[in-house]
Amino acid sequence: MTEKLVFNKGAIIHEPGSTMKYKTGDWRTFKPSIDNSKCIKCGKCWMNCPDAAIRKTKEGFFEIDYDFCKGCLICEKECPVKCITHAVEEK
Amino acid sequence: MSVMGINEKEMFASGHRACAGCGEALALRHILKAAGEKTIVAQSTGCMEVVSTPYPQTAWNIPWVHCAFENAAAVASGVRAALNMKGDKETNVIAMGGDGASFDIGFGSLSGALERGHKFLYVCTDNEAYMNTGIQRSGATFPYANTTTSPAGKVIPGKQQPKKPLPFIVAAHGIEYVATANVANLIDLKNKVEKALAINGPSFLHVLVPCTPGWKIDASTTIRVAQKAIETWAAPVYEIEQGVLKLTQKPEQKPIEEYLMMQGRFKHVTPSIVEKIQDYVDKRKKFLLENDGKQLFDVLY
Amino acid sequence: MVKNVVISGSEAIAEAVKLCKPKVLPMYPITPSTLVPERLADFVFDGELDAEMIHVESEHSAASALFGAYATGVRAFTASASNGIALMHEIIPIISSARFPAVMSVANRTISGPINIWNDHSDAMSERDQGWIQMYCESSQEAFDTIIMAYKIAEKEQVSLPVMVCIDGFALSHVYEPVQIEDQKKIDSFLPSYKPKTYLDPKKPTTVGPIGFPNSFFEFHEQEQIAMNEALAEIPKVHKEFDNEFGRKYGNGLIDLIKMKDAKYALLANGTSVGTARVTVEKLRSEGKKVGLIKLKTFRPFPAEEIRKACKNLKALGVIDRHVSLGSEGAMTLDIKSALANEKCKVEGFISGLGGRDIDTKRLKKAFEILEKGEKGIWLK
Repeated sequence: MTEKLVFNKGAIIHEPGSTMKYKTGDWRTFKPSIDNSKCIKCGKCWMNCPDAAIRKTKEGFFEIDYDFCKGCLICEKECPVKCITHAVEEK
Repeated sequence: MSVMGINEKEMFASGHRACAGCGEALALRHILKAAGEKTIVAQSTGCMEVVSTPYPQTAWNIPWVHCAFENAAAVASGVRAALNMKGDKETNVIAMGGDGASFDIGFGSLSGALERGHKFLYVCTDNEAYMNTGIQRSGATFPYANTTTSPAGKVIPGKQQPKKPLPFIVAAHGIEYVATANVANLIDLKNKVEKALAINGPSFLHVLVPCTPGWKIDASTTIRVAQKAIETWAAPVYEIEQGVLKLTQKPEQKPIEEYLMMQGRFKHVTPSIVEKIQDYVDKRKKFLLENDGKQLFDVLY
Repeated sequence: MVKNVVISGSEAIAEAVKLCKPKVLPMYPITPSTLVPERLADFVFDGELDAEMIHVESEHSAASALFGAYATGVRAFTASASNGIALMHEIIPIISSARFPAVMSVANRTISGPINIWNDHSDAMSERDQGWIQMYCESSQEAFDTIIMAYKIAEKEQVSLPVMVCIDGFALSHVYEPVQIEDQKKIDSFLPSYKPKTYLDPKKPTTVGPIGFPNSFFEFHEQEQIAMNEALAEIPKVHKEFDNEFGRKYGNGLIDLIKMKDAKYALLANGTSVGTARVTVEKLRSEGKKVGLIKLKTFRPFPAEEIRKACKNLKALGVIDRHVSLGSEGAMTLDIKSALANEKCKVEGFISGLGGRDIDTKRLKKAFEILEKGEKGIWLK
């Protein structure tokens, strides 16, 4: 966080959702990826992500937001057709 | 077309500092989706409060207030009273606390708020220990679980007391709707949040949420472990609606060992302890099955 | 319509609160504060005050519900004493750090133990570090007036700090005196409705009560200190406005000086013991002694400069402290010794009236004698 810290009266935060400035994607050890050719668009990956790091695309597929994905791999575990796999994150 | 009818809006933003695979963050995300934007959350000190509001950042896209550890229900009471006086009957008020905040230190203020009949929903996200402070035993800790203050010791193997039956204690207050839910069944959770928020009075939701460092499980297995809790009857899923017990799921019971062996917090258990835990779970299951469909509590509100 | 009645200090507070139109009233009973919630309950249940009363199950929850109500942007009020204030201890600084302009009446009663229901200042004094403005009242009229001024002071943008209005338990809370209850319209024009800039609102989501890491906590606290300094300027202003509007003054709102012009020795007191000290000073003056009295009305923020000015020509000042910081001295004595560290005036602390022990003219005369002899302050048992 290189922004200069402003001390709001009463420590009240007026900017909802501002944690999105903090990219938790660099926490990852494992990087999941979705194979759309096998995906059945059930949405279970999107649903079960604790970080809301999977987005629905216009075509109805799902894409991982690597800015925030922490690599927990719940999506891989929950996918009913095993179309999500992972590899070690390259630094 | 939304996924299974779930609200697509994120009211709990990414970038929060919860552990990878955090069950509580997942539950919270969906509780808010079910509640919608016209919601004020009053939260207890705990993991969720800590990971979501590191000044100057906040993960909350809805109005949110945190005061202290044991008083989410009391703060929510003040919020609801103020909304009433402003003529606002639409905004949801949800008080949230972990198991430490709800079963233990906040027990009194929870009881008081229920007794006063405020229109609010109290959600207890239960990961069965004081996780934010580093995995200490609470009244909600599962029997024989290893925590730092109830360790799997040479003489005493983990927590020695049964789990405090908070949903029943809450139901005994005579409120109209109490339910248990599980992060493995997010559609059921959604339905229960909607039902609870429709009550014109207090309602209570207990949600089992695995904790990856606390339960010593792999981050990817959060949902699997939560699901196993349902299948083994370690965490039964039910409603108490108008005082009547209604089991949501009556799965074919799997042996408790299957649940225990998925978690490092039970790695110390011997066959004789497994037997004791199986007996404990069987007794709770028997009680629930015998009373399924029965009016267990008087409804006062 | 102005009403002239004879009521207790507690009822005077309730009447004043009613005129300030709070919307939420979290209430828990404790002797000797209980008359305040009882009277307010009468008003609410009889439809004379449009507010929601929250019958909380503990004082900790009273302070918490007060926090929740202010967070949602409405004026609110609670009352407590003694161990009730002690139970609120955790929440009290959270209310001030959120900069909520709450008002609470404290019917000063000692903190246990042994358990004791009578008057001293240990309850409010134990909260003196917590960022609340603290004012002491000498009479039922002053209690009435101070509640109204408290809201005005608290709600000033540059102050935005909560206020404790203190009345001596039993000695004022249960004592009947004539009080002029002012007209609602005049109060409305002196104290307009509370319109906060920010509050919990789904249309404009805010986060209240985040974590303040080491890189911000210090600055938030500094902001409170700055606000306390602003209060030192605002309190006299509001008292002046009140005097102009309603014709009653209490010194300058921080302190009041009684026969101090040519005094060589003086006492400083707060609350009802000021009344006893007035009588003592009168008596000694009639005997030719050059004595005076400083009434301390505002304890936090501490009016160091005012007290320094008042003690400029004194030989010695005796502080009547209804509190002791065990292992050290009374809270007021410590603050005053610090303020007068580089002054010629000597300061002696007299621990008095603990646990409801009487403070009478005999004991106060003894204090003056000790000052004259140049001896050390004692426990005025």
